[in-house]
Amino acid sequence: MTLRNVYASKEGKAIGMGGLAVILLVLPRLLGGNDYLLQVATMMALYVVLASSLNLIIGFTGMYSLGHGAFYGMGAYTSAILSVNLGWPFWITMPLGGLLTALVGAFLGLATLRLRQTFLVFGTLAFGEIVRILIMNWSSLTRGPMGIPGIPPPKVFGTELTSSTHYYYLILVYAILMVFAIFRLYYSRIGRAWVAIREDEVAASSMGISVFGYKILAFTISCLIAGLAGAFYAHFVTFISADQFGMGESFLILTMVALGGTGSIAGPIIGACILIVIPEAFRFLAEYRMVLYGAMLIVVIVLKPEGLAGIKGLFMPTTGGRRRTTLFRREPKVAAVKAGGSQ
Amino acid sequence: MALLDVKDLVVHYGKINALKGVSLHLDKGDFVTLIGANGAGKTSLLGALSGLVQATSGTVTFKGGDLLNEAPEAYVKGGIAHVPEGRKIFGELSVEENLYAGAYIIKDKAQVKSLLERNYQLFPRLAERRKQEGGTLSGGEQQMLAIARGLMSDPEILYLDEPSLGIAPLLVDKIFEFIMQINAMGKTILLVEQNANLALQVAQYGYVLETGKITHEGNCARLREDDAIRCAYLGVNGNGN
Repeated sequence: MTLRNVYASKEGKAIGMGGLAVILLVLPRLLGGNDYLLQVATMMALYVVLASSLNLIIGFTGMYSLGHGAFYGMGAYTSAILSVNLGWPFWITMPLGGLLTALVGAFLGLATLRLRQTFLVFGTLAFGEIVRILIMNWSSLTRGPMGIPGIPPPKVFGTELTSSTHYYYLILVYAILMVFAIFRLYYSRIGRAWVAIREDEVAASSMGISVFGYKILAFTISCLIAGLAGAFYAHFVTFISADQFGMGESFLILTMVALGGTGSIAGPIIGACILIVIPEAFRFLAEYRMVLYGAMLIVVIVLKPEGLAGIKGLFMPTTGGRRRTTLFRREPKVAAVKAGGSQ
Repeated sequence: MALLDVKDLVVHYGKINALKGVSLHLDKGDFVTLIGANGAGKTSLLGALSGLVQATSGTVTFKGGDLLNEAPEAYVKGGIAHVPEGRKIFGELSVEENLYAGAYIIKDKAQVKSLLERNYQLFPRLAERRKQEGGTLSGGEQQMLAIARGLMSDPEILYLDEPSLGIAPLLVDKIFEFIMQINAMGKTILLVEQNANLALQVAQYGYVLETGKITHEGNCARLREDDAIRCAYLGVNGNGN
């Protein structure tokens, strides 16, 4: 019995999910109180959310965005400024950070989503840079290049969350909620409309799907989730500055989605975990680890353009899953004929 | 009262005048065909009649309401389904998901279910392949899926744009049988075809579109006898019978 058959069965799925849940829950114990490893795990959870949210735009709806780092930063800055300057509690500034980001995302969507793919890429890229430059230069609000230090940690039932373990659990809960929400959206009527748009815009609109409206919706929800992630990040690291949310960040998130596989739920999760672990695991290689990183990306793009989630028997369930699309589309192969009739 | 009444419809793409004042008329239950050569404006006309293409002027009246240049959703909600040229099925969605996408505007789940069952009865082939990805179907099956997807919004009028395009001749006959069956179910049909010979045999009434203008119209039987049409569409292009 291959691993993939195990996944396909209901029991296999339940055991897999249960096992994963137990591991995630006892992870702080497993790591034996190693703060550094726990922080890596926390960052992983955060990037799982960021990559999954970008996947709403790229994988589900078939649009592009290279400005995700900016949305992430916008949530972080909003929450940080409100809590540092006004002393508002995290549980108010965090949702406000998300909402403001969603609002900006919706406006950017209105302005750019009528653009064709290539132009949308540049539009969002430029937007990301504008946000970074704005943060750098709006010193009276953002303290410019000095960044914002001393962001207070969140309080839960009156106690401040200060240890890495607390943060780990906080962000884990957030990540699970968001991934679950994205999963539900994907398999809802809305998700179907998104995928229809990705597959063929003309056909989608002749089904009565409001293409522009659904694009804006995907963009807005994606920005909301990224903005919330930014808020969690700000209160986790307690110091933020503009260079943490630049173009590099946008590309990193995009790479996670591409590496793991666009258009699937598992893809961005796998991609985020790998791309957070690799630079940490190969720290002894110093600068050369980026060579390794690049080489790995090239290998994946050449050998598995649909991303790691597409590897059969490893991550891909055989039933119930929607086929994954890919950023690096190949022409459909003759193999398509082979698939006929068997299912 | 006409179900769909189109008067003096004009469409421009930039400076190019694709439709130069087209009028046509469909009553409930009609099976109307629109034939014409490549570039005559057939697809533009269907586009303008389903909100996908903006018209410059004219009127599009459907069930007494004006629909000119409304968003495509308005047409679908009104009861018009457009089966686009080249099928345009959602290749990475399963057959069933494609059909659900077609029922996008219907919120009542029970109704969607019954439409789905009706489609599976009409196209047993699709029922066999309900879990298969749309992109892996054969051309003929994809065309059936595209038609079935159009029917999922429970339309009163079904537009069919070149359903015979790129399909094995044997399957073309089959597809046309389905179309006649759908017409017999009470759906009004507007069929756009290059295969004029076949179209004029199955439909009741026909329009001939030439470079953006209707040049002939009439009962299909009469059009088939018309010398100009025989020469232009049936003689050279006609393939069979």
